[in-house]
Amino acid sequence: MTDAPLGRAFAAVLLRDFRLVWRRRGDAAQPLLFALLVVTLFPLALGPEPQILAKIAPGVVWIAVLLAGLMSLDTLFRSDLEDGSLEQFLLAPQPLWVLVLGKVVVHWASTALPLLLATPLLAQMIYLPAELMPPLFVSLLLGSPLLSLLGAVVVALTVGMRRSGMLLALLALPLYLPVLIFGAGSVIAAAAGLPYAGAWLLLGAALVLALVLAPLAAAAALRIALS
Amino acid sequence: MNRLLLWFHQLGSPPNFHAFAGRWIPWCFGVAVPLIALGIYLGLAVVPPDYQQGDSYRILFVHVPSAWMSLFIYAAMTVNAFIALVWRIKLSEHLAMACAPIGAWFTAVTLATGSLWGKPMWGTWWTWDARLTSELVLLFLYLGVMGLYNAIDERRAAARAACFLALIGSVNIPIVHYSVEWWNTLHQGSTIRVFGKSSMDPSMLPPLLAMVIGTKAWFIGSLLARTRAAQLVAESGKEWVQRLNPVRAS
Repeated sequence: MTDAPLGRAFAAVLLRDFRLVWRRRGDAAQPLLFALLVVTLFPLALGPEPQILAKIAPGVVWIAVLLAGLMSLDTLFRSDLEDGSLEQFLLAPQPLWVLVLGKVVVHWASTALPLLLATPLLAQMIYLPAELMPPLFVSLLLGSPLLSLLGAVVVALTVGMRRSGMLLALLALPLYLPVLIFGAGSVIAAAAGLPYAGAWLLLGAALVLALVLAPLAAAAALRIALS
Repeated sequence: MNRLLLWFHQLGSPPNFHAFAGRWIPWCFGVAVPLIALGIYLGLAVVPPDYQQGDSYRILFVHVPSAWMSLFIYAAMTVNAFIALVWRIKLSEHLAMACAPIGAWFTAVTLATGSLWGKPMWGTWWTWDARLTSELVLLFLYLGVMGLYNAIDERRAAARAACFLALIGSVNIPIVHYSVEWWNTLHQGSTIRVFGKSSMDPSMLPPLLAMVIGTKAWFIGSLLARTRAAQLVAESGKEWVQRLNPVRAS
């Protein structure tokens, strides 16, 4: 057997995981439903005045996306661990980080991307001013992959655990805070008429850094968790 | 092998560390308790009041040393976590994990005293500026490391996972330190310089110095004691531990 080159291995993981997502289409809609419900909570809790809701809208959408990503993190390695394919990943001749990166890409595309596409809907539900829609969308576009990458490292550490829900939140949220601060902060700055491109540049830089380092860290964490 | 290196290698062996820590713990606390008591006495009773803040600035003598310790201990934990992961030294795993609760307490003290100080000076218990937020994140990181360590049953696997998390979290350390320079914060910048002239009145330095050295000694004593206890638990089946127990050994 010859070893497949990195690109082929990466593509194979992508294809396999997309196929798995497609075969469980019902589950794939859950993060979106969850985010819709989180956004629904705010008008019900704060009262339906558009002025109040419009003011907090960017933060609400950001939190909805962040929580939906957090809730779906657990599924990233769970099924692979249960059917033993995660161990095969560890044994594969290709470096583990390539395979992990493939899984994270699919995870982002199946949980965060539908949310991104639904952002106009979420924003309308909470009366986000129309001119803030582009900044919100760009900040989410830069921030959500960052959340998936950071989350992959943390979930890799807890992979063998039976009940990891609360712990996962406790570990992941401190790492998510800076992303939230700059992501939602850029939209708030835009609302106040302040320059907001700086936050995007920082998010972009962090995304590039995480694209390089997070798969390596997640691979190391997987080896620790499964050793 | 030179003698220092030899001593260092032997320290990694649990019975040697047990004896070493047992010898040094009383000295550490023996230095720490009088120094902290002296620092608090000087700070509360001897040093003149501040020209702007009156007497309420005196909480500084608890707040500032705790804040330094919260960062210092995280750095110590990171170094030990790195050693534990790279060279697989068991003692470093115990040391890193023993750092977490001590650091968490110093961070909690920092936040609590800062809050008490903030109410009369800033008019608010809490403000979401960069320094306070990043210090709060530091507390969550400590708690996360402890939570992960307690959640995994296999102790060595737990230690290695928690060490890895500690390494990732160390990104926050420079953020806490430089937050008052990078962002425009309500929290003041630092007034004490190791090199160059401090902008604090020299009469206020002796109690601060006593507290700084006292908290360092407290940390080392506490670290040694916690590590020693953790090591006894981890090694409880081994022969050298059995021999420590006079009932079993007889």
